[in-house]
Amino acid sequence: MFEKEKLDQQKEKDKGWNENKVEKVLSKFPERRKQFVTGSNLKVKRLYTPADVEALDYDGDLGYPGQYPFTRGVQPTMYRGKFWTMRQYAGFATAEESNKRYKYLLEQGQTGLSVAFDLPTQIGYDSDHSLSEGEVGKVGVAIDSLKDMEILFDGIPLDKVSTSMTINAPASVLLAMYIAVAEKQGVAADQLRGTIQNDILKEYIARGTYIFPTAPSMRLITDIFEYCSQEVPNWNTISISGYHIREAGSSAVQEVAFTLANGIAYVEAAIKAGLDVDTFAPRLSFFFNAHNDLLEEVAKFRAARRLWAKIMKERFKAKSEKSMQLKFHTQTGGSTLTAQQPDNNIVRVAIQTLAAVLGGTQSLHTNSKDEALALPTEDSVRIALRTQQIVAYESGVAETIDPLAGSFYIENLTNTIEQEAMAYIEKIDALGGSPQAIEKGFIQKEIMDSSYEYQKQIESGDRIVVGMNKFQVKEAAPKGLLRVDPSVGELQKDKIRQLKAERDNSLTEAKLAELRKAAVGTENLMPFILEAVRAYATLGEVCGVLREVFGEYQQSVIL
Amino acid sequence: MERPIRVLVAKPGLDGHDRGAKVIARALRDAGMEVIYTGLRQTPEQIVNAAIQEDVDVVALSILSGAHNHLLPKVVELLKDEAVYDEMLVIGGGVIPDEDIPFLKEKGLAEIFTPGTPTQVTIDFIKGNLKRA
Repeated sequence: MFEKEKLDQQKEKDKGWNENKVEKVLSKFPERRKQFVTGSNLKVKRLYTPADVEALDYDGDLGYPGQYPFTRGVQPTMYRGKFWTMRQYAGFATAEESNKRYKYLLEQGQTGLSVAFDLPTQIGYDSDHSLSEGEVGKVGVAIDSLKDMEILFDGIPLDKVSTSMTINAPASVLLAMYIAVAEKQGVAADQLRGTIQNDILKEYIARGTYIFPTAPSMRLITDIFEYCSQEVPNWNTISISGYHIREAGSSAVQEVAFTLANGIAYVEAAIKAGLDVDTFAPRLSFFFNAHNDLLEEVAKFRAARRLWAKIMKERFKAKSEKSMQLKFHTQTGGSTLTAQQPDNNIVRVAIQTLAAVLGGTQSLHTNSKDEALALPTEDSVRIALRTQQIVAYESGVAETIDPLAGSFYIENLTNTIEQEAMAYIEKIDALGGSPQAIEKGFIQKEIMDSSYEYQKQIESGDRIVVGMNKFQVKEAAPKGLLRVDPSVGELQKDKIRQLKAERDNSLTEAKLAELRKAAVGTENLMPFILEAVRAYATLGEVCGVLREVFGEYQQSVIL
Repeated sequence: MERPIRVLVAKPGLDGHDRGAKVIARALRDAGMEVIYTGLRQTPEQIVNAAIQEDVDVVALSILSGAHNHLLPKVVELLKDEAVYDEMLVIGGGVIPDEDIPFLKEKGLAEIFTPGTPTQVTIDFIKGNLKRA
């Protein structure tokens, strides 16, 4: 972007400024720290100038929004067309309670739904399973059968909303239930819009709600890719998630690297299963975190977009531009919230919202201020949603596309993050790919090292978290936290008993037997799962059959 | 030679948030303790078995699923049933509302460490409150 002669002059001037101005000041007034680093410990220089981006090629490295390599965004008009989807992750207790919360959020101007399931649902146990004791309805809504799903979406037209479901190991079952609810509403599967998380590799790495071993898990995922490409074409079949990797303590570079390495593994698995890359790749979506280091986060999103575009084009020979577009959801960083002085979290979330928007996200969940303490109350969820609306309507940052492009620092940092992430991906390739790197504990160990390093910085006071290790005050215990009624567990158990008394049990049994047979074989499992849930087989029954056939994942415990 | 303090770091419940458990495990290890980490999704029975088998001085339970009032007292009960509660210090940590802490202490948890607690505070607490000399 710069003429060589001018650049050389510039470098001389940089040197002059350093020697004549900076050194003089430093001798009298030393800087706050010996070394400045980003939130993820990347070195930060005092000043960035054209010399720091001298190799930048506008067309090759940045290009235009909606064009390869998509550094500046995936759509040609971005937020001038429409704002990102404001999507608050919600769900707790019973389907009835959650249904009320969804309707409230839609009334408040939210534009998409995002379903949180409780842990038993996420691990494929019914509410009456012994391991579900104490967990039913706690971190999300309890879904045991199609009956619960019908209540969850009662009065919500599924052809009008897009729904994201945070569900992984049993993603196929919940998707099948969603399709079945839509049928009952008279909505055809090809009209459905939404996303299932369906990203098992990051469950092994960081999130923990796995069920089956790697190979059958990958089969279920590619079965979904194939089925949806034909039957549910507007559905995002996976949300390849760096969010939880970051929450587990990774750096920004690691978040990009491990997420894209997982993405590579899914693409390879689908190609191996005989799918053409351009049939499924356009429906791959991503999910990232937004932390407090605003500029590092913006650079991270841009780097991820450019790197994925290159991987899809060069490594997988995708032809469709849609296959090369990294579209992503963002959630603000839960682990950045403090239990101390929780009102301060509103400010953190606002900064993180700016990072996501300046980074070009397609949808956003903003955390509520009380989430370091409990599930959010209705009031705090509203403030979180309003934060997005203020950034959208009042801050002005959405009026032009990728406004930070061309900043010497942002472009330099975008390059650094891309290069360092690529170096990690090469290491993972050398280990045989992400599933093998997980099995060997490589990825977990790298994250663990970063997270421990961060903890040590906090405890030494080298890194300040306001209100937590500096500027503390004495405070009373917070009041008015949301509590889930412990009777939810009993309520769900009653519902299961009633369901099993009312349904045609011989039909359910027959459908489960067909599913078992298909699971032993190689057929696509989606149609069988759909048949089983239509016959009101419970989530636990469907997953139970698959557990029998597939076995269960054994975690490698890494310290 | 003095036997180092042995600690079982365990994750009861179904949640997969083990960042805190792993950080505390490493910090205790760096403080000279011997640490055994169970991994995720341990039932109270599994935890108590591991505690007995490993002959630990401390059982440190990390939970972020909201099921703490149900699961943490259960671990204590089982330790009592096995007659080892008098030898083992039982502590907890995680996203646990302040108002639940008195209940958990009444049920036999010696201390609950909530988000933002420096690891040194936990280390000092363990050193000062061991049940076995």
